[in-house]
Amino acid sequence: MPSTDAEPYLRVEDLSVSFPTRDGVVRAVTGMTYQVALGKTLGIVGESGSGKSVSSLAVMGLHDMKRTQMEGSIRIEDTEVVGLPEDRMRRLRGNAAAMIFQDPLTALHPFYTIGAQIVEAYRVHNPDVSKREAKAKAVDMLERVGIPQPNRRVDDFPHQFSGGMRQRAMIAMSLVNNPKLLFADEPTTALDVTVQAQILDLLQELQRDFGSAIVIITHDLGVIAEMADEVLVMYAGRCVEYGATREVLTHPEMPYTWGLLNSVPELTGDPEEALLPIPGSPPSLLNPPNGCAFHPRCGYSHLVPADLCTRELPLLEPSPRGESHLKRCHLLDPENDMRTHEPVVDDDVLEQPDLVVADRVQAPDQQTLSTAGDSNG
Amino acid sequence: MAEAATSASRGAAPLLEVRDLVKHFPVKSSGLIRRTVGQVQAIDGISFSIDPGQSLGLVGESGCGKSTTGRVLMKLYEPTSGEMLFDGVDLAPLSQRQMLPHRKDIQLIFQDPYSSLNPRHTVGTIIATPLQVHKVVPEKQVIDRVKDLLKLVGLNPEHYNRYPSEFSGGQRQRIGIARALALTPKLMIADEPVSALDVSIQAQVINLLQDLQREFNIAFLFIAHDLAIVRHFCPEIAVMYLGKIVEIGDRDTIYNRPHHPYTQALLSAVPDVKQAAIGGRRDRIRLQGDVPSPINPPSGCRFRTRCWKAQDICAAQEPPLLQIGSAEHQVACHFAEPNTNILATSA
Repeated sequence: MPSTDAEPYLRVEDLSVSFPTRDGVVRAVTGMTYQVALGKTLGIVGESGSGKSVSSLAVMGLHDMKRTQMEGSIRIEDTEVVGLPEDRMRRLRGNAAAMIFQDPLTALHPFYTIGAQIVEAYRVHNPDVSKREAKAKAVDMLERVGIPQPNRRVDDFPHQFSGGMRQRAMIAMSLVNNPKLLFADEPTTALDVTVQAQILDLLQELQRDFGSAIVIITHDLGVIAEMADEVLVMYAGRCVEYGATREVLTHPEMPYTWGLLNSVPELTGDPEEALLPIPGSPPSLLNPPNGCAFHPRCGYSHLVPADLCTRELPLLEPSPRGESHLKRCHLLDPENDMRTHEPVVDDDVLEQPDLVVADRVQAPDQQTLSTAGDSNG
Repeated sequence: MAEAATSASRGAAPLLEVRDLVKHFPVKSSGLIRRTVGQVQAIDGISFSIDPGQSLGLVGESGCGKSTTGRVLMKLYEPTSGEMLFDGVDLAPLSQRQMLPHRKDIQLIFQDPYSSLNPRHTVGTIIATPLQVHKVVPEKQVIDRVKDLLKLVGLNPEHYNRYPSEFSGGQRQRIGIARALALTPKLMIADEPVSALDVSIQAQVINLLQDLQREFNIAFLFIAHDLAIVRHFCPEIAVMYLGKIVEIGDRDTIYNRPHHPYTQALLSAVPDVKQAAIGGRRDRIRLQGDVPSPINPPSGCRFRTRCWKAQDICAAQEPPLLQIGSAEHQVACHFAEPNTNILATSA
C-alpha cells in the first residue's frame, strides 16, 4: 500500500459501484481501494467513463441510492459511509466532507445570490447562527478565496460573476463549514489556463491553512503533477496504478499510464517529435473486455506468454519499484519492457466502432431506421 | 504592412491574407425600441497571413475572439470591416451567393463531435452532402468517394450506413474531418479540434490532421487554447487577447523568447507534467483577476489591467503591433522585452 505518514482521514476499501440499466449492469467502479491523510492530496486520473467521478460521488453519498449497488467500505474518520442513512449522510456532507464541481455555473443556483447560497450552506450545519452572522461569514469566506469587494459582491447573482470567480465562490461555499475532506471533481477543466493557475494556487494555499485532505479528480496529468502527492490511475472502473506522483509519472509501471504520458505534447523539447497515441477508444463499462480491460489497446501484451492478458485480470500488486508503487499488469517488469520494446498494436483496434454501443443499437426499430437512411444516402 | 514583409521574405504569395479585420456585435437595449447601446468588440483590427500548406496557431483565452475569427473567415459572421484575401480574392464584401464557390476551398472542423454531426443522418449522408452540394463527383461515384474518405481518416469504409451515435467521440471527430476533407479544401479552420476528446484520443486526431496536411498540402488555421498542442502543430503562432493580436511569431520565438507579458503569463501558467514530475517548478507569473469585458475594453493597451509592467502610457496610448528582430516576429507592448526563462525549470 502506498504509505502515508499520518493516519488516513479517508479510507476507501474494495469499493464497487454499479448501476443496473435497461441494457445491463454498468460496473462503474470495481474493487477500488485508497486512502488520504489530512494535509495530503490524492489525484485520481482517468478518461471519461473510467469511473473516476462515480467513485467520488459515492463517497459523498450523492448518487441515486435506489438505483445504485454499492459494496465495500468508505470510512471518513471513524464513520462508515456505505449504508449510512440519508439524514446522517446529510450532516456529514458539507461538514466533514465537501465537493467542488467542474462547472460552477450549473452547480450554483441561478436564482439566489452567491451570499444566500453560502449562508444556506453555513446555516444548515449551524442552525443557531443568525442570518446576520452567517452573512458576515459569507463575506469572510469570499474574501478568503480572493473575490474583490466581497461586501458588495456577496449580493451578486452567479451570472454576474466570471467563470473564475464562480469557481472561487463555489470553493468558498464548500469550505464554509471547514470540512476536513475536499473532493474536487475537475475543478479547473472549464477554466482558462491563467485562471486555472489561480484556482490551483488557491486550493494549495487553503490546504496549507486548513490542513484538509484533498482528492482531486481530473484527466489532466499536468494538474496532477502540480497538485497531488499520490496519484491513482483508473481505467475501465478499476485502479490500474497507484503510487507517489513523482514515482508514477517518471517511472510508470502500467502501459496505459505510459501511453497517456507519451500522447501529450510538451512545452519543451523537440516540437516536431511525433506523438505516440494510444490506439482505439476507452471501453464501455457495460461490457468491458475480458482479462485486462486495457489489452485491446495495449502494445505490450505480446510480451506476456499464453494470452494471459486476454484471459485473466491482473492483480493490483507491488511493482518492481517497490511496495508503495502498485500496478495492475501481467508484465513482470513493465517499465523495462516498455523502454526496450516497440509497441505492437493490431490495426483493427482503430477501425472498430464502439462495439458495445453498436450491439445496443441493433434493436429492431433502429435497424429499420438505418436501412431507411441507407437508401437515402 | 508587415504581412507583406512576411510573405515577401518567403517569396510565395500567401493563401490567406487578413488585413485589419474587425468584427463588432451590436448590443441592443431591451424594450420596444431596441437601440444599439454598445458594441462587443470581438475582433478589433487583426492582421495575419497563412501560406499554402502552412499552419498558423491562434491561441488565447475564452472571449479573446479566436473562434469569432474562424467564423468570420467562413463568412458565418459578416465582418464589420477589413479585408480577407483568399487566393487573391477579397471575401469580405462577397454576398452569401458569391461566397458559395469559395466555400469548398475553406472548411471548418468543429470542437464538439457530438453537436456538429446530425444524429438523424447516416455517416454516409453526412459526408456525401458537401460532395452533392458542390457537385464535385458524379452522383454514382459519391458512395465510393465517401468510402475512400472514411478509409483516409482511419475508419472502416463499410460503416458508412451507421449513425453518429454508434461511434465514440474520437471516431466522430474523424467523421467531421472526413466531411471537411470531402471537398479537398485549401484551408482548414480547426476550431479546438481536440479539446472535447479524451487525452488518449487527442494524439490520434492530431497525428491524423498532420498526415492529411502533408498529403494534401492543406493550410490550417488552428484555433486552440492548449499551448502544448499548438506548439506541436503550428510553426507559426499568434497570441490573441481581447480581440487583438498581441504577439505573433514563429514557434521558437513565441515559446522560448516571448516578448509580450501576456504571452509570458500564458506560458508560465501551463502545468507541465514532465517538469513537475521530476520535482522541478517553474517560476510562475500569476495574473490577477479576469479578462475584462469586450463591450467596454480598457483604454490604451487592453492587457494593462492585469499587467505587472503597466505604466501611465499603457492607459493613454495603444501599443501598435511592431516588428521586433526578424520580420516574422511582431509584438504590441510598450515595454516588450524577451524572457527566456519562462519554460526553464528551477529545482
